[in-house]
Amino acid sequence: MAKTLFEKIWHRHVVKTIEGGPSVLYIDKHFIHEVTSPQAFKGLEKRGQEVFRPRQIVATADHNVPTLDQHLPIKDELSRMQVQQLIANCAKHGVELYGLGHPYQGIVHVIGPELGITQPGMTIVCGDSHTSTHGAFGAIAFGIGTSEVEMVMATQCLLQSRPKLMRINVEGVLNKGVVSKDIILYIIAKISASGATGYFVEFAGSAIRSLSMEARMTICNMSIEMGARGGMIAPDQTTFDYLKDRQFAPQGAEWDKQVTQWSALYTDKDAVFDKEIHIDAAAIEPMITYGTNPGMGISVSGRIPTGADPKSLDYMGLQAGAAIKGKKVDYVFIGSCTNSRIEDLRLVAEFVKGRRKSTNIEAWIVPGSKQVEKQAIEEGLDKIFEAAGFQLRQPGCSACLAMNDDKIPAGKYCISTSNRNFEGRQGPNARTLLASPLTAAVAAITGEVADVREYL
Amino acid sequence: MNNRSIHIVQSTAIPVDIENVDTDQIIPARFLKATSRDGFGDNLFRDWRYNADGSPKKEFVLNNPAYKGKIMVAGKNFGCGSSREHAAWAIKDAGFDVVISSFFADIFKNNALNNFLLPVTVSDDFLKELLETIKNDPSTLITIDLPGETITLEATGRKENFDINNYKKTCLLNGYDDIDYLLSIRNEIEAFEHQHA
Repeated sequence: MAKTLFEKIWHRHVVKTIEGGPSVLYIDKHFIHEVTSPQAFKGLEKRGQEVFRPRQIVATADHNVPTLDQHLPIKDELSRMQVQQLIANCAKHGVELYGLGHPYQGIVHVIGPELGITQPGMTIVCGDSHTSTHGAFGAIAFGIGTSEVEMVMATQCLLQSRPKLMRINVEGVLNKGVVSKDIILYIIAKISASGATGYFVEFAGSAIRSLSMEARMTICNMSIEMGARGGMIAPDQTTFDYLKDRQFAPQGAEWDKQVTQWSALYTDKDAVFDKEIHIDAAAIEPMITYGTNPGMGISVSGRIPTGADPKSLDYMGLQAGAAIKGKKVDYVFIGSCTNSRIEDLRLVAEFVKGRRKSTNIEAWIVPGSKQVEKQAIEEGLDKIFEAAGFQLRQPGCSACLAMNDDKIPAGKYCISTSNRNFEGRQGPNARTLLASPLTAAVAAITGEVADVREYL
Repeated sequence: MNNRSIHIVQSTAIPVDIENVDTDQIIPARFLKATSRDGFGDNLFRDWRYNADGSPKKEFVLNNPAYKGKIMVAGKNFGCGSSREHAAWAIKDAGFDVVISSFFADIFKNNALNNFLLPVTVSDDFLKELLETIKNDPSTLITIDLPGETITLEATGRKENFDINNYKKTCLLNGYDDIDYLLSIRNEIEAFEHQHA
């Protein structure tokens, strides 16, 4: 019988199915971080349990770490304690930790792929909703809560009901100035912030196939922003080329064997989805959000819908029917698990090279990992950013969720390459406009929302 | 049955008539620095409930003394966004046993169930009626019957069935959680690993 990519992986990981209930799903890789793991370790100890398969867990400190002076002790006491708790828990339970100061440290969804830990055909979870990022490799990857983190620590399994399946086909060629972030913002604007709730989404079509792994990760990353349990893309030569020779990727004969197996991971021709959506890549323009959920997006050249939610517009200080282009901006944040990879930094550097940021703008670039930071410096991108007046910081989640000191002040506008524009997400009463790294870069230069196509 | 179990909940309710409530609103990220599960209730809906100086915002429903109860009735697509289980902990810690909406985000729903906080999905139409009735009369009683899988608005007698899978229902009725179950089948998990090695 014809199967979808999702079904092929799911079936291989079902330990058993409870009658009239969920399945016991085996988890290959479990990523943990300092914010959603302490209560899980505590719960495990309270039950008198050990971590069942410590070698299948990888830990890092990312959500709550400063992005300046990482060599110094963390100033905020609660943050410091949380990071120390992670160090102690990992040492006690034999879990590999890439903590502050480690050359592999970084945002959990950046380091998993770049180290080759994330591989096609796997089941991957993490106590973070953007775990969907790893689906770009043809894996079933999704975010879980802390009780579920404890379950995976205790048994390497989760109880899961099989989600419905959706395929989003993006066909055609992207216009100049349009990148993968625009594709996903366009899709979410089209189907809404809850348009894929209950579904696991496969992204397919010629426009998706043409994307690099970094670009594919950006798309899968934001699957959760339309409510999807996760997103995935079938692995292909682009996937294999990206993974080859990475630290934890299979080597030698094992590599060849795995590539053969991975090559069978695609949706069969006659497989059936519960829902299919077709998107014309040529219709997508550079996108930006105007409201307080990621579904409230429009083309940068467009107008805020007349029927837009008044509560959102009031929070954002924007008017229905008004153009978004020309809106003054205060901050530019380039970072987060959505857009902080080397390709994102290269894209921004290429655009700002020889240009200078507007005087009213504070521009932060927060690389996704130590490896991204190192690569950026080796390529001389740091010099370009410095000359353009951008501040290159150290790796972490940073102003995406503003748990650390990287907060946008109340009432200020930030063009952000992150994934959420919820009220207060980047700081109490901060106003977030989500966009691509290119649209963020042009805003930094002009000091306002601008159409990057006019500057290319 | 233990002290976590849920059977029948009859209570007045608090109407949070807002759609797309994300978990950043339920509990903002800056309050996620704790390493225990307790005390999050104080910061439930923090930025909607309090001004920057800590004084209560009078217009927010949780600050209206007329509304009390163990049941929260909320707008569509409740709990979207971040996977933070702290959102479920905060609602439970603030004294709620049930959240009613016409649509829940997936991760929040699982987190709620894992904390013996029952998410009850009703039709859009019934949700509207519930919200209006409670807003007009805060003493309105709602009954959630988990064994019978029904929700009743006592004022009008309107009753609806709600869905919950049998496994989860048994867990909630008996106060068991998923980890208890998974630990009990660890030999089967080891056999699975052996087969797939």
